[in-house]
Amino acid sequence: MGLKTAIIEGDVVGGTCVNRGCVPSKALLAVSGRMRELQSEHHLKALGLQVAAAGYDRQGVADHANNLASKIRNNLTNSMKAIGVDILTGVGTILGPQKVKYGKVGFSDNVITAKDIIIATGSVPFVPKGIEIDGKTVITSDHALKLEFVPDWIAIVGSGYIGLEFSDVYTALGSEVTFVEALDQLMPGFDPEIGKLAQRVLINPRKIDYHTGVFASKITPAKDGKPVTIELIDAKTKEPKDTLEVDAALIATGRAPFTKGLGLENINVATQRGFVPVDERMRVIDADGNLVPHLYCIGDANGKMMLAHAASAQGISVIEHVCGKDHVLNHLSIPAACFTHPEISMVGLTEPQAREKAKKEGFEISLAKTSFKANTKALAENEGEGLAKLIYRPDNGEILGVHIFGLHAADLIHEASNAIALGTRIQDIKFAVHAHPTLSEVLDELFKSAKVSASVSSQISEPVAV
Amino acid sequence: MAGLLNIGTTFIPSSSNLLRNPNSLPSLRTNNPSNKTLIQAKIREIFMPALSSTMTEGKIVSWVKSEGDKLSKGESVVVVESDKADMDVETFYDGYLAAIMVEEGGVAAVGSAIALLAETEDEISEARSKANSSSPSAVVAETKMEKPQETVASIPPPPSPVKVSVPIAVSASSIHPASEGGKRIVASPYAKKLAKDLKVDLGSVVGSGPMGRIVAKDVEAAAAAAAAVVVSGAAPESPKPVAQSAPAKVSGSPGIELGSVVPFTTMQGAVSRNMVESLNVPTFRVGYTITTDALDALYKKIKSKGVTMTALLAKATALALAKHPVVNSSCRDGNSFTYNSSINIAVAVAIDGGLITPVLQDADKVDIYTLSRKWKELVDKARAKQLQPHEYNTGTFTLSNLGMFGVDRFDAILPPGTVSYSTSNSELLTLQRSLQGAIMAVGASQPSVVATKDGRIGMKSQMQVNVTADHRVIYGADLASFLQTLAKIIEDPKDLTL
Repeated sequence: MGLKTAIIEGDVVGGTCVNRGCVPSKALLAVSGRMRELQSEHHLKALGLQVAAAGYDRQGVADHANNLASKIRNNLTNSMKAIGVDILTGVGTILGPQKVKYGKVGFSDNVITAKDIIIATGSVPFVPKGIEIDGKTVITSDHALKLEFVPDWIAIVGSGYIGLEFSDVYTALGSEVTFVEALDQLMPGFDPEIGKLAQRVLINPRKIDYHTGVFASKITPAKDGKPVTIELIDAKTKEPKDTLEVDAALIATGRAPFTKGLGLENINVATQRGFVPVDERMRVIDADGNLVPHLYCIGDANGKMMLAHAASAQGISVIEHVCGKDHVLNHLSIPAACFTHPEISMVGLTEPQAREKAKKEGFEISLAKTSFKANTKALAENEGEGLAKLIYRPDNGEILGVHIFGLHAADLIHEASNAIALGTRIQDIKFAVHAHPTLSEVLDELFKSAKVSASVSSQISEPVAV
Repeated sequence: MAGLLNIGTTFIPSSSNLLRNPNSLPSLRTNNPSNKTLIQAKIREIFMPALSSTMTEGKIVSWVKSEGDKLSKGESVVVVESDKADMDVETFYDGYLAAIMVEEGGVAAVGSAIALLAETEDEISEARSKANSSSPSAVVAETKMEKPQETVASIPPPPSPVKVSVPIAVSASSIHPASEGGKRIVASPYAKKLAKDLKVDLGSVVGSGPMGRIVAKDVEAAAAAAAAVVVSGAAPESPKPVAQSAPAKVSGSPGIELGSVVPFTTMQGAVSRNMVESLNVPTFRVGYTITTDALDALYKKIKSKGVTMTALLAKATALALAKHPVVNSSCRDGNSFTYNSSINIAVAVAIDGGLITPVLQDADKVDIYTLSRKWKELVDKARAKQLQPHEYNTGTFTLSNLGMFGVDRFDAILPPGTVSYSTSNSELLTLQRSLQGAIMAVGASQPSVVATKDGRIGMKSQMQVNVTADHRVIYGADLASFLQTLAKIIEDPKDLTL
């Protein structure tokens, strides 16, 4: 776009995603996926293979993750330098409109001005009170990704996608896992039908058990030969329910925005539970409800959708705006994925959400479902376990949501997310051709089996604003 | 609907149910048992449908309706996973979902009953009792029968390990330091899953994990130890009059069809031939009652190190034989004593389809811990049908234990040769001239009221052993003094752990 750009980085380039999130976790999940395959004797036997006992070297695995993070960090730094971005090191604070100061601790501060400022300070693992983190036996995802040790038995507090991914890693490396979940259902954020199937495949047959409807009111790290103790209380009645003694505990109860020390009070902006309030164009709203000019906030810090690619998309939307083109990001078109084995991915609404919207706005919804068992490629790989689900409006062919659980789900979802972003209707997309035999035919099945009363539409309609 | 006829035989007349509903349709509600068939027709089966031409069995994904729900014709009742996709299954009749026979996650063959539908609410409880007493698998149906059959018995699955094991229930959870004095059982997730599948009571398992936690291998060991005790209780030569002609099978027996003629397998043929051969040998029997309190106490002490009762008995027998070599001899040609150079104790084991006698070589010389380990290896191999000939045909003395069934005393048949057969290789059928002079049948150790030395009445655990011996080489006095030595060793077992 030709804008002069500077980044103020208080820690390491790349932030959470590169150093403590997406990158190292996918490295570990790649290892765990391979381990699981190699250890699944009957699975391999069905293909006619046999493998002698597969093993792993913990340091080697940790190194793979760390080296990858370093590599990506360096690539990112070089790329930025190459395109002319100034990287300023230090913690940034907003002094006033269009004015920022930054500096390293102990050094004097520099003050700079800019036409537009974007806050993208991200988030940190949220640790509920009563839980004592020692970084060794009671850890957050930050520590876990370093894989300093593989415990025999680890309790994972929180069964969302972070907890789920870690359970995949740890069980593949030989640990046993106990989930502690506050809500009554495991994996509460997922579409319930997918969640049920995921539980059957990712939890029941593995060395995992769980306690639902409980909070971990107190967690004490291991000391003097005593194990990590976790006191569980009923989530509703708060009565003590049980005590767990495990070798380690991973706190995966979500992420809290990192917005302290940003100097927001200098411009009369009040955070809500730590999040920076923004409108649908990512413009920051101050305590009086007015837009702060030239100040934007994207990513985890604004809490709209705490995913790395959502942050990027929001950033792009902001730049479009800065360059004079109005743009509003449709969050319903942003896919999400969970990289367990098999993977889970989704875009749009879950079935309960869709039904609620349908009731409120007075339209019907329909479902189309297909099993990976019907897909030739999945069967060839002996990975027929999986389900894809399409939620749509039969009257006009609008796609409301797509959920996939199965091999390569994270890659397959994009056909659906593209369709939602462009407002493509089912009656148009069902004529698209998919190569055979590929897993993408799973989605082809969904589109072709959907029954829409409208005929082929003439032009693509406007994307729906959030 | 053919299933209904089978159900009728085990169906308990529901007169009590009828009485409970005096106000319902009077025309059907009489105590006349001949109305049974009429009532039964109102309880229908919901069966596993064939959702595709290739489907042979389906898995229940989820029950859309629960027990007690009202069903209308055409309503979706259950979601079934076939080889192609998940499908909703509808009901063809109105009624109430009376009983679910196959739970979520369960698998059923196409055409088999997965639930019962009752036409009226009153029949729901009838249908439930029917569902309980009948089930798709014949094995379960067998266990409901009151008496074991007189002919080849349909054996119930091996009794649960907790009951079967030698009556020493260690309250294992008290060992765990943080378990608040035995109140809490600390077990790892996988151990809990295994305990559920293998039906092991966690309270009786000793934890070997960090801080006394019960881990998966403790549960497996508990299940295997119990199964080994069950397994070693085969009496291959017990004569027909004994109530059970076939001992408990490790893998659970297939259903026996009454009135059918089933030819012997090759192994069964070998056993039969050997038994007939044994009639040529002049045998006699001597019995002895041995007090086992000291042995039980020793077992309790060293059980955690993997020692089994079988190993202890084998070791005791071997030590006694070392002092009475004539009992370890045999008569090969009818003209001479063959004094065997080693003491190899063969222990009779029932395996799927027959029995085999893995041998503990040099049982007198090997220490009890190694003996126990060796025994476990042999049992595993026997189950996997991988025993080598030298592992089953080199016995010089056989032990047969039916104690786990509560048998107090029985006679064993002296094996004329080794009962050995490898089912994977039909040519392998070893029949050898007598290597053994004697076999000992061991009964259960039971608490008994005894008169003590000082004239009072006391309680002791006692078991009866009965040795069958070849009178061509072993005489009465030889056998009696052997048994006296054995009793002394068992009643003062400190030498067993040397």
